[in-house]
Amino acid sequence: MKINKTEIVDTFAEAFKMWGSRIIITADSLGWARAAAQSMTGFATSVIRCKCEAAVECEIAREDTPDGRPGISVLLFTMDKDNMSARLVDRIGQCVMTCPTTACYDGLSSEDTVPVGGRLRFFGDGYQISKKIGDRKLWRIPVMEGEFVVDDSFGIQPAVGGGNLLIYGTNRATTLRASLAAAESMKEISGVFLPFPQGVVRSGSKVGSKYKGLIASTNDEYCPTLRGFAPKTQIPDGIEAVYEIVIDGLDEESVAEAMRRGMHTAAEKGASLISAGNYGGDLGKYHFHLNKILKG
Amino acid sequence: MSIKLTLRTRTDVPLEAQCINPDTVKHLSQSGVEHLDVIHGNETARLGDFFTVKGKGHDTIHVEGDTSNVKYLGAGMTHGEMIIDGDVSMHLGCGMSGGQITVKGNAADWVGPEMSGGRITIKGNAGHMVGSAYRGQPTGILGGEIFVHGNVKNEAGNSMRRGLIAIGGNAGDFTGVNLLAGSVIVCGEMGARAGAGMKRGSIVSFSNADMLPTFEYACTYHPVFLRFYLKHLQDQGFDIDDRYINGRYDRWSGDSIELNRGEVLLFKR
Repeated sequence: MKINKTEIVDTFAEAFKMWGSRIIITADSLGWARAAAQSMTGFATSVIRCKCEAAVECEIAREDTPDGRPGISVLLFTMDKDNMSARLVDRIGQCVMTCPTTACYDGLSSEDTVPVGGRLRFFGDGYQISKKIGDRKLWRIPVMEGEFVVDDSFGIQPAVGGGNLLIYGTNRATTLRASLAAAESMKEISGVFLPFPQGVVRSGSKVGSKYKGLIASTNDEYCPTLRGFAPKTQIPDGIEAVYEIVIDGLDEESVAEAMRRGMHTAAEKGASLISAGNYGGDLGKYHFHLNKILKG
Repeated sequence: MSIKLTLRTRTDVPLEAQCINPDTVKHLSQSGVEHLDVIHGNETARLGDFFTVKGKGHDTIHVEGDTSNVKYLGAGMTHGEMIIDGDVSMHLGCGMSGGQITVKGNAADWVGPEMSGGRITIKGNAGHMVGSAYRGQPTGILGGEIFVHGNVKNEAGNSMRRGLIAIGGNAGDFTGVNLLAGSVIVCGEMGARAGAGMKRGSIVSFSNADMLPTFEYACTYHPVFLRFYLKHLQDQGFDIDDRYINGRYDRWSGDSIELNRGEVLLFKR
């Protein structure tokens, strides 16, 4: 299958079941909310070493946030349910509570919840105050400029992690331009985030390594420098660079829509070939077939 | 569809009508509702002796006529809705745990005593002891919301443990006296001795107030949590200017004769 001159390989992206949360950070200004969100989503590119994946989802207008101040929505995913509370407590506690003027709220309506403010409150050392408004329970934790307000618990839901596209090009600059444009277009989909820097990955990995103890290592099949001798190279003639775009989403549909949009944008911006990474289909619950997505 | 109860003539002697709530009338026929017991002075009578009943079996009750001498309307209700066109007497929503009561006129003393859930809205004024503990009881309301768009008299929120009381106008003396927890918000002025004996909880006023000497000024700051309450009150039809949402408040801690963990927030002009 082709989009204009770009070949779409008849393959699929293999993605995994994760657990997702949405965190709304507000502050007196968008700048402070963004600062907290950037800090909170740092070192959260891959569960392989970061224990979670997270990124900014979007900005939220003041009239749509819980406290009427400018806000940023962050999505944070973990591999298992039990790990979520600890990740949220760590990151909200260290990156949001510390940031001037911010407050932090749950952005998902879900029956499944994990304690967050209910654990962070202990930082208040007995001076914390709870408030209940309707079904919402808030904690007010005294800090040196006033109070940090945080929801008692946060909703979590099953989510999809590890959807991906592999963008091939004839040179690094063109391939990067196409990949970046694709990533930007994919970020516009609600409920989706791309956890890597600017959404683009250059060091795609395979499972395992020749070295004991390493659970992942460079994906030699896609390294142009190894084309001469890598046993199963996937680099066709004329290809000089491959970038991966990893997509996490709150549901299958939004991930598929992001992939569809990304393929069209990458093709329009000069990608030579678009493929996807999988592990044979046995590891991940979700299979996103590129051709099927494009056919709608 | 709803059931409509119309009081034919105002009673000079108080009428106690605990039976007028959705839980009681929901499964009754029109005749069954008419035969419910009410207390007229010191005599037991039938509801139908005073009210004209139309409709049956529904979660919504409309009450019409001059009910200013009818007590205990909505007592013990757990769900549904009551809409009262005029004024009501004492003990409105006594012990209610769910549902909504709306009074389009004024309410007398003791609105929502022993309440644990649900919502009472008074479009006019209310008397003394709104959301208060009965005399001799250690705790007042345990939850729910009481909204009075007009003024209230003394001791609003006496000993309340949980919930929200919002007053659109002024409050009398001893607002939030002996407060255990929960929130009392007064959009107008408070009378003397606000928060006397409070242990925890929040009392908020948009006007300045003379604080008791057992309260200590802490700071002037932007209480973010208050934005939730004030936005909620806007949604409930209270006229809350944005300056109160975005503004700074003087925080007073007290009452130091008790735990000293309560707070009184006074809008900084």
